[in-house]
Amino acid sequence: MIELIDVHKTFDGNEVLKGISTTFEEGKTNLIIGQSGSGKTVLMKSVIGLHQIEQGKILYDGRNIPNMNSGQLRELRKEMGMLFQGSALFDFMPVLKNVMFPLEMFSNMTQKEKEERAKFCLQCVNLDPSCFNLYPSEISGGMQKRVAIARAIALKPRYLFCDEPNSGLDPFTSLGIDRLIHDITVEFNMITVVNTHDMNSVMEIGDNIVFIRKGHKEWQGSSANIFNSGNQYLDEFVFASNLNKKIKQANDLIMNN
Amino acid sequence: MFILDFFKTIGRYTLLMKKVFSRPDKWKMTFRQIVIEMETLGLSSLGIVFIISIFIGAIMTIQLKLNTSNPLLPEEMTGYATRDTLLLEFSSTIMCLILAGKVGSNIASEIGSMRITEQIDALEIMGINSANYLIFPKIVAFVLMIPCLVVMSMAVGLFGGYCVGVFSDIISSVAYIGGIQLWFIPYYVFYSIVKSLVFAFIITSVSSYYGYYAYGGALDVGKASTNAVVNSSILILLSNLVITNFMLV
Repeated sequence: MIELIDVHKTFDGNEVLKGISTTFEEGKTNLIIGQSGSGKTVLMKSVIGLHQIEQGKILYDGRNIPNMNSGQLRELRKEMGMLFQGSALFDFMPVLKNVMFPLEMFSNMTQKEKEERAKFCLQCVNLDPSCFNLYPSEISGGMQKRVAIARAIALKPRYLFCDEPNSGLDPFTSLGIDRLIHDITVEFNMITVVNTHDMNSVMEIGDNIVFIRKGHKEWQGSSANIFNSGNQYLDEFVFASNLNKKIKQANDLIMNN
Repeated sequence: MFILDFFKTIGRYTLLMKKVFSRPDKWKMTFRQIVIEMETLGLSSLGIVFIISIFIGAIMTIQLKLNTSNPLLPEEMTGYATRDTLLLEFSSTIMCLILAGKVGSNIASEIGSMRITEQIDALEIMGINSANYLIFPKIVAFVLMIPCLVVMSMAVGLFGGYCVGVFSDIISSVAYIGGIQLWFIPYYVFYSIVKSLVFAFIITSVSSYYGYYAYGGALDVGKASTNAVVNSSILILLSNLVITNFMLV
């Protein structure tokens, strides 16, 4: 479990995170949602230790990130996998080498075993073997995300972080990526934290949703009760699109009848 | 403000170098990267070093011959002056200034692009010391390759002078070869190589620094690349003065 206790983060006197406390549980897809500029990316970067927080605790199964030295932090990061918004694949390596990279750095497997593990991960994300020897620039955005997920899970991480996994993807591919993240989380019993503002993702895979507004945790719950949260700001966020408004109206109509 | 920025830059550069020269996560990968960088930074510079050296050697011979035409000066003076200019300054300092443009901008833009596309963050999240993994092999590879480039530049420059002198009939073959052998001091080659080692370190480390701390978009990578070349060049000239003062005066 990842536990956040009273997390504060300030940039040049501007407090971006104002005492956030929450928990991210294992085997669940934990979503951080909120409008642009609400502080969700800062929160995620603080959770993974890329930003140093001023106050509070971030506990990874009891291990507090702000108390760690760089060596301990590096050891903890070997248990993490991350999918970046822009995939962040190494553009000087082909797809297969990208996935093999963490194995090359941190495993004592033979070359054959590393290759087999990398191919297995790529198969898990349903990537066609014909793409294995292509460079990231030669494959589509959706495929790049799949490769990035395969690389993130190559070392069997305990914690998986995804920063806006659907940005720049069409709805169909987005759905595929969402389901993939959810399936991997359940299958490998990982603690997955997804940073998103895509309502389709929220409804599809939101086991535990944390809604951030102006640096505060405004609401926490699951996709099952998000439509009836009773929170004004969350309603404004959720029903910003016409589609969700109509779903809500239909839902209310059914309930009233 | 300027002084504060200056000390801030020195501090950040020192901290980066501390990270760069820490123990690699996996030596095997580091050696592999060093070999790749030797090819990327060193071997790929052979062409430009060859072309510039041969032309500068040739032009220097013509200029020296034209400007030292005096019955009181022996004909060997042309070869002698060409050799010492190449050995003392051109093949180390001027060549490294040129390489600061080629290699420095290459390193700054490569690392800068990796920074803005979050590839460096991806390395960090994997638990890899990104500064060590990316920068250390570049510094080692270029420091290893620079003596070869410098010695080749000396040889090619002298050959260029010989070709233009003899084939355009402005100096005899005997006088030129006699000139380049006249009062030869092997220490000058050593001095030149020592200088080039320092310059190689400056080019790679300063350019890596600007690339590593690039922030923003493509425009900022361009700025980082420009800063890398300008500041490397200034530091090369400054260190040239200091080393010359220590080793020759």
